[in-house]
Amino acid sequence: MADSDGRQVDSINHSTGKICKELTKEEKQRLRKEKKQHKKNKKDDRGPPEKEKEKEKASVLAPSKPATQSPAHKAAPVPVNASASESPVAAEKPAKSKAEQRAERRARQDTERASKQGKKEGGQQSASSKPKATPNELQPVVKRLPEHIQVDDPAALKKLAKKLERQQVRQINIVPLRSDYGYKVSLFSHLHQYSRKNPPTQQISIPATVIHPSIVRLGLQYSQGIIAGSNARSVALLHAFKQVIQDYSTPPNEELSRDLVNKLSPYISFLSQCRPLSASMGNAIKHIKKEISNIPSQCKEEEAKRRLQECIDSYINEKIILASEAISKYAIEKISDGDVILVYGCSSLVNHILCEAFEKQRKFRVIVVDSRPRLEGREALRRLVKKGIRCTYVLISALSYILPEVSKVFLGAHALLANGYVMSRVGTSQIALVAKAYNVPVLVCCETYKFCERVQTDSFVSNELDDPDDLIVTRNGKTHLENWQTVKSLGLLNLVYDVTPPDFVDLVITDLGMIPCTSVPVVLRVKNVDQ
Amino acid sequence: RLHSLHVLSDRFQETLARNQRFTETPVKMPGADKETDLSERIESFLSELKRCGRGAGSLRDSAETARETTALLRRITAQARWGNAGELMEIIRKEGRRMTAAQPSETTVGNMVRRVLKIIREEYARSRGSSEETDQQESLHKLLTSGGSSEDNFRQHFAHLKANVIEAINELLTELEGTTDNISMQALEHIHSNEVIMTIGRSRTVEAFLKDAARKRKFHVIVAECAPFCQGHEMATSLCKEDIETTVIPDAAIFAVMSRVNKVIIGTQTVLANGGLRAVNGTHTLALAAKHHSTPLIVCAPMFKLSPQFPNEEDTFHKFVSPHEVLPFTEGEILSKVNAHCPVFDYVPPELITLFISNIGGNAPSYIYRLMSELYHPEDHELYTGK
Repeated sequence: MADSDGRQVDSINHSTGKICKELTKEEKQRLRKEKKQHKKNKKDDRGPPEKEKEKEKASVLAPSKPATQSPAHKAAPVPVNASASESPVAAEKPAKSKAEQRAERRARQDTERASKQGKKEGGQQSASSKPKATPNELQPVVKRLPEHIQVDDPAALKKLAKKLERQQVRQINIVPLRSDYGYKVSLFSHLHQYSRKNPPTQQISIPATVIHPSIVRLGLQYSQGIIAGSNARSVALLHAFKQVIQDYSTPPNEELSRDLVNKLSPYISFLSQCRPLSASMGNAIKHIKKEISNIPSQCKEEEAKRRLQECIDSYINEKIILASEAISKYAIEKISDGDVILVYGCSSLVNHILCEAFEKQRKFRVIVVDSRPRLEGREALRRLVKKGIRCTYVLISALSYILPEVSKVFLGAHALLANGYVMSRVGTSQIALVAKAYNVPVLVCCETYKFCERVQTDSFVSNELDDPDDLIVTRNGKTHLENWQTVKSLGLLNLVYDVTPPDFVDLVITDLGMIPCTSVPVVLRVKNVDQ
Repeated sequence: RLHSLHVLSDRFQETLARNQRFTETPVKMPGADKETDLSERIESFLSELKRCGRGAGSLRDSAETARETTALLRRITAQARWGNAGELMEIIRKEGRRMTAAQPSETTVGNMVRRVLKIIREEYARSRGSSEETDQQESLHKLLTSGGSSEDNFRQHFAHLKANVIEAINELLTELEGTTDNISMQALEHIHSNEVIMTIGRSRTVEAFLKDAARKRKFHVIVAECAPFCQGHEMATSLCKEDIETTVIPDAAIFAVMSRVNKVIIGTQTVLANGGLRAVNGTHTLALAAKHHSTPLIVCAPMFKLSPQFPNEEDTFHKFVSPHEVLPFTEGEILSKVNAHCPVFDYVPPELITLFISNIGGNAPSYIYRLMSELYHPEDHELYTGK
């Protein structure tokens, strides 16, 4: 390498034209070595920062060598290796046109590199060596895509398999990878499609003591649809976590705040294999993890556990129970005597509002709209009829017939996205659309803990596919779709969620008040500042 | 009544016994065998119509109904006793009233009756040699100057009128048989390759249309199953036999997938006089979703479905079937406290429709009133007040 360095030094003293020739020779020699290194490093490096880093490395390739001899010696070939394939092309261009800028950058990066000698791979170096924006600037946009919408990407699937492998204990894979079922419609090949007949616990080996039994039970309840509905799932999750924390004991030489978080990760992977996590569950998990990591290290174990349990209880109380009380209070102002209210499916919050309004002696009647294949509206119907509310029941295809009678529409939400779209049970957007056509006001009721920072414009990119066998029905003794698997060109699509554009929604009632759909990012910002 | 009962099959006997509303008096044509045979056929046809209305899931093929009605009307023309055009029209109107009363939602019956009446008028006018057929009530001037209306002229007797009328009805029957093929022939003009086409429920016209296009083009079809009868399932399995890529979605997902759909092609039960549709329930939602995404909505309907009704008559408009389809008896105790509705049809206003494809070509909804004036005479629009 000293030889090449010498030659490099000579080459710099010549004119820029000659530098090109010298560089290309050098590059060819190094390319072979770099390529081998690059293949090793490729796996650990990220995409976009990789390329930016390569370009920068390439541009400072020549001057970096002579400037820092021994300490940077080791560091220099490494970033050079990492930027193998792009460096020849990238190097020539900056070498030709930016000689002056190179000198400046060289000085800057020398100092940076000198401080980073001990660090390992080029990837990490490059990430920090990028010229940093001012700390007050917004977070970088590039986030990692969630795994559950990358089913059609074999690289992502491999990553997930590796991640689940890493979570194994005693060489046993605790969280098995669940396989997809049936023919998936091509538009949705990036999503999982599981069958209820293949529960995720089939491949779990005994001893399954590595996953807490309450988590296993919870996962099965999710996958079979026994626990459904955003609030119910979150509350069940939090109760299961309480149980886990109760039974947890810190191993020696470990801190509770770090170890407990690590313990929870395989549980969360298992639950997401049973059924993709909802936005409310995601927020709850984030909150818990934050609380756990905030536990001071000198806290005794019993004290820490008690604190965590209290924290979970207060979360449930504040965010779910008290929130629904507050929302009911606001919503009841909107219900007047003689109203005909349309609800869709079974939303615990909307049912609560209607029951409260009925207790406060408001005179109204309810129309429950339901849809196949879940038929959740029947559950809502039972609850409302038990209270004594006058109800009518139709299927969603009869919507145009029933809407002229309706004065208001109350909808529940699964999540509220940052661009104002409402993610809710499939069919909600249809109801909002037809209500808009008939000029009926649409009110969405949603607690603030369901607000999430994702953005989405259509129902395809991030959704959930339910068991396609649910669509099969037997009428008059005939089941037309019985053997749909054998028919080559037939697919069944059972979507779970859809997104409603904000122009269909007139008002969102939250525990912070009544806001328009587009104010969701404001609420998120306020919440982040609070925390 | 007893006389006609014992020639009907057991099935019909059951229905008649159960049916309390059998208020029509049978046509009493005493004497000749030919006439009792005719009245029996009419009775059996009426019972068929009444029976088919029970469950919308077994909606009879409209083309079949149209053909049977026309055949029956031809038989009436051939076998009934009439002296001149006026009497024939009277007989046909009377039978027509009974037939439409048997099943008001089956509008093809009434349409065929009106077509035949128009044929009779035309043949009569041609026999008389007058040129009045073309303008009926085009201008007030004609109304005032024509003086006496044309009804009295129907009293004239013509020897060849019967033969002419029967021949014209045969032409009508041939036209009816070719409608589905005529519509399917236009399929390639409207479907390009790699399209995603959406449809709802089951329509034999649309099925033939898509199958014809599938012979040359490759495309994808999404079928909305149309609860509670789920006829979409049948449609999907039938399309798959021709190797068309089909996906079945529940009704709730119509808006969710609409953004990826290129065209919506539907069938209908009736085309109303203003260009609107009376189609299977769920179609209005589909039409609104298509409008929101600016997706063209194409209706494949043969001409015999065009009816001179306007959608303002609330009472004749909706048809309901048993709410058992929606909320089954297994729900038990809440059933008595809940109203459940199961409407069969939906009204789709003409603004949401882009194109009508019929056996005479493609038309915009705004042109339908014109087609109607060519098919039916304005005095026949109301069978109940005709003379």
